[in-house]
Amino acid sequence: MLGKAFAPHDSCNSCNLVLMSAFRQSVEAMIPALRRYARALARDADIADDLVQDTLVRALRSERLFLGGDVRSWLYTILTNLNKNRRRSLARRPQFMPLLDNNPDASGTEAEGRDIARALASLVEEQRSVLLLVMLEGLSYREVADIQGVPIGTVMSRLARARAHVKASLEGERTALRRVK
Amino acid sequence: MTDRNIPVTEDELHAYVDNELPAERRGDVEAWLASHPDDAARVQSWRTMAEALHARYDSIVDEAVPKRLEIERLVQQPRKWVYGAIAATLAAFIVGGGVGWLARGATAAPSAFQNLTVHAIEAHRLYVVEVRHPVEVPGSERSHLQQWLTKRCGWVVRAPELAGAGLKLVGGRLLPGSGGPASFMMYESASGERFTIYTAKSSAEATQMRFAAEGKESTLFWADDGVVYAVVSTGADRGRLTQVAQAVYDQMEKKS
Repeated sequence: MLGKAFAPHDSCNSCNLVLMSAFRQSVEAMIPALRRYARALARDADIADDLVQDTLVRALRSERLFLGGDVRSWLYTILTNLNKNRRRSLARRPQFMPLLDNNPDASGTEAEGRDIARALASLVEEQRSVLLLVMLEGLSYREVADIQGVPIGTVMSRLARARAHVKASLEGERTALRRVK
Repeated sequence: MTDRNIPVTEDELHAYVDNELPAERRGDVEAWLASHPDDAARVQSWRTMAEALHARYDSIVDEAVPKRLEIERLVQQPRKWVYGAIAATLAAFIVGGGVGWLARGATAAPSAFQNLTVHAIEAHRLYVVEVRHPVEVPGSERSHLQQWLTKRCGWVVRAPELAGAGLKLVGGRLLPGSGGPASFMMYESASGERFTIYTAKSSAEATQMRFAAEGKESTLFWADDGVVYAVVSTGADRGRLTQVAQAVYDQMEKKS
């Protein structure tokens, strides 16, 4: 999209400058949404911002390679892949799981916020990513299919399974609470 | 085109909620939901789920973007940026005693990245007290040591020349890290003061230089090109640790 909008002249320095700054602006505009997605994906606020930082560094490093297209999808793709790599390297070592989710940034919002975070954490990686990209970030099935490199049908089945799992997880917690009372 | 009597599939229910359904089919789905309370309840639960997600995470969008994510800081060559950030951190460290980072580290959950520094400090403690067998490969076999560690670790391991800081290479060894191998190199001054350099695969591509201390040991550590470097000392003052870390960093910078 960008590439077309600015129709760069290869030899024209000022065009390149305009193009580059437009690219940067569109990357910059995405930072808040990337942080939201990363936080929901990785839970830990520090790790989430590390992911965003790595995403931005990579994107900016590839600035000259970027030949138009959708910056937004591209950034979500980088972040999703970085997180997948991170989890893969984590999976090779034993994990200490926190007994309680006392994430200090839980923003104090009612138990519901923690429930949803816990339900998300219990999803497998691809399902969590699909669910967040569609429901939180508002991407289309087509965009998510491109980000994950799978057919749309796979996106839809992942989404359906993720929704069923989160629903069951939320309802399970609620009935468990009721039973305690 | 469409027929009210064609049953609505689960895929269509999802597509309906996500606004992916062709406009001409929406009416059919709405009619279906009116007469199928179970499906209507499911659709409602998905909407509630979306609201819960937004309620939990949307506030992040309104937060001020942390300084380290500001585009102006990142647009310079990543290496230069890291270097600039490190210089700034070092200055703050010397002046302010690294309190800023420590204060932050105390409240944040330990990340995989921070765990690496624990390994680096533990390895330092374990081996600096060794008199006879501090290393596997002695410093006299520098090029062999570098080749061996590079081959086993999978990233370029260089034993920097720290004569300028009055340090001589004692040697190095291979260690089990938290997610794979780690390299460990020891340096010594004429007065017997020992520094170690630990490298391991990092979860972060590149980070600023940070300071951490535990007991008498202190470390300056950073990540670059997916590898974390930790320079560890026992009891060295800040200026001295900074001098050594800076020399290590400068030579890592030259390697590529």
